Amino acid sequence: MEKVIAGKTIHVNEEGFMTDFKEWDNTIGEALAAENELSLSPRHWEVLTYLQNEWKNEVPLSIRKIGKSGVVDIKEFYQLFPKAPLKTATKIAGIPKPASCI
Amino acid sequence: MKHLVILGAGTAGTMMANHLSHHLKRPEWRISIIDERTEHHYQPGYLFLPFDIYEPEDIIKSIDEFIPKTVDLIQASIDRVVPEENKVLMADGSVEVYDVLIVATGAKIAPEETEGMKGSEWHKSVFDFYTFEGALNLRNKLRDWKGGKLVVHITEMPIKCPVAPLEFAFLADSYFKNKHMRDKVEITYVTPLSGAFTKPKATATLEHLLEEKHINIEGDFAIEQVDNENKQIIDYGGRAIPFDILVTVPTNKGDAVIERSGMGDDLNYVPTHKATLQSKNHKNVFVLGDASNIPASKAGSVAHFEAEILTENILRYVKGEPLKEEFDGHANCFIETGGGKALLIDFNYTHEPVEGTFPFPGVGPLRLLKESRMNHMGKLAFRWVYWHMLLKGTHIPFVSPTMSTSGKKYDKAETV
Ligand SMILES: Cc1cc2nc3c(=O)[nH]c(=O)nc-3n(C[C@H](O)[C@H](O)[C@H](O)COP(=O)(O)OP(=O)(O)OC[C@H]3O[C@@H](n4cnc5c(N)ncnc54)[C@H](O)[C@@H]3O)c2cc1C
Repeated sequence: MEKVIAGKTIHVNEEGFMTDFKEWDNTIGEALAAENELSLSPRHWEVLTYLQNEWKNEVPLSIRKIGKSGVVDIKEFYQLFPKAPLKTATKIAGIPKPASCI
Repeated sequence: MKHLVILGAGTAGTMMANHLSHHLKRPEWRISIIDERTEHHYQPGYLFLPFDIYEPEDIIKSIDEFIPKTVDLIQASIDRVVPEENKVLMADGSVEVYDVLIVATGAKIAPEETEGMKGSEWHKSVFDFYTFEGALNLRNKLRDWKGGKLVVHITEMPIKCPVAPLEFAFLADSYFKNKHMRDKVEITYVTPLSGAFTKPKATATLEHLLEEKHINIEGDFAIEQVDNENKQIIDYGGRAIPFDILVTVPTNKGDAVIERSGMGDDLNYVPTHKATLQSKNHKNVFVLGDASNIPASKAGSVAHFEAEILTENILRYVKGEPLKEEFDGHANCFIETGGGKALLIDFNYTHEPVEGTFPFPGVGPLRLLKESRMNHMGKLAFRWVYWHMLLKGTHIPFVSPTMSTSGKKYDKAETV
C-alpha cells in the first residue's frame, strides 16, 4: 500500500515495512523514526547504515549477529531502539523485516 | 572401490543409508555411516514424555536396527573433517577417506550460550525438553507440582521443530485441566518473535488458540539472562518475567565437530545450496537435516523430503551429471493443540501455511490449519510412520517431496 511521509509517497506492507528500498532517503528515515518516538543521533545512523549494508550484501540479520558485529553490542542496540530493536531499526532503515526463522 | 561416508545416524543419515544402499553397491561402492551413539531417539516423542503420554521405551530404539546390512556402521565419535584431504578423523585416532561425504550431524541445544541458564536451577526449576534427560526430569517435576507460574520460552531462532514450544504450551493446558488444577497454573508463552509464529496466517490461528486456552503471550523478548536467585528471566531491554517452572528451548547449534572442522557459520550450520543440498564450499560434500543452514524448518519431515531429492542428486553427481535444483523447502508438520486435537501445516520456501485439505485436494482427510481429531490421530501415527517408513526411506504414498498447491486456499500467488 502507499503511504505519504516527509512529503513523499512510499510503498509499505501491512506492518509498515517499506517494500522498495530505492524510495528511502535520510528524511524518510527521520520521519519513520519520529513515528516510533525516536530522534536519530549519529550512533543511530551508524547502526542503520550497517544494517542497510548487511541487507544489501544479503547477510541474514539477527540480534546475535549484530551483537557480534563490533558495530554495537546488544545492550546498546536496545538502548538505541528500545523494546524490539531489530524490528524498529529495520523499519526505520527502509529494509525488510528480518525473517529470522522458519 | 569408492567410498561414501555419512556423518550421523540420526533421522537424516539413516534415511540416506537406506536410500543409497539400493543404488551404490559393492564392488564399486562401499557405504559407511558413523555415529557415536548406539541409541536412536524419536525426538518428536520428547514433547509427549513430560506429560506421561509416551514412555521412554516408546521413543528409543537401537541404531543398528535401521541400518541396512550392506552399510558399514561405525560407532565412533567424529573429531574432525578435513575436507581439503577428503578425510574424517575419529576421536579414537582412526581415519576414513571418502569420495563423497554426507553431513547429517544434526543440531543440539546450547544452554551455555545464555547467562545463568545452566545455573543452579538447571533441571530443578529450569528445564529443557529438547533432550531425553530434560524431558524426563521435567516429567518427574510435573508429576507432583502443586501449581504456580509456568513459563514456556524460546531463546532465539532458528530452533528444531519451531512449533514444538507452542505445542508444549497447549499440551500443558490440557494436562493441568485433566489433573483438575488448571486454575492453579498460570501459563505464559515467551518468544523472541513478535507473535506466536513466523508466518502470518498460521500466527493468527495460533494466537487465537492461545487466547482460547488462556495462555498469555509475551513477544519480542530477547533473553539476556536467567536470574536463578529471583527465578526470573530478563531481556536486554530490562523486561523481567517471573517463573516457578521455566521450560526453555535454549539456543540450538550444529554439532561442535562442524566448528572444529571449520565448516560452519556462527551457529555451526554448514553453508548449503538450498535447492541442490550440495555444500557451498566443497563439491563432494552434501548436507541434509538439521546440520545445514538452508532456510527451511529443522524437522524430520523436511529431512524426509530432502532425502528423496538428495539421493537423486548424489547419483547424478557420481555419474558426472548436473545436479537437479529441486528442493523447495517443503515442510509438513502436525501441531498438537491439546484435548486430543491437532492442526496440520504444509508450506515451503515461498508459500506460507494456509487452510485447505491434505493430501488429496478438496478431500483430505486431513485439514490444513484447522483443529481436528483426525489431525491428532495423524500426529500419533507419525511415530509409527517414522519407525517403519521414514527411516527406511520408504516413499509416503500421495505425498511428494516438493509441495503441491492444489486444494489450498491462497489469497494470491504469494511469496513470503
Ligand atoms: C522436542 C522435539 C520435537 C520435534 N517434533 C518434530 C515433529 O513433530 N515433526 C518433525 O518432523 N520433526 C520434529 N522434530 C525435529 C526432528 O527430530 C529433527 O529435525 C530430526 O531428528 C533431524 O534429523 P538429523 O538427522 O538432521 O539430526 P539427528 O536426528 O539429531 O541426528 C544427528 C546424529 O549425529 C550424531 N552425531 C552428531 N555429532 C557427532 C559426532 N561428533 N560424532 C559422532 N556422531 C555425531 C548424533 O549422535 C545423532 O545420532 C522435533 C525435535 C525435537 C527436539
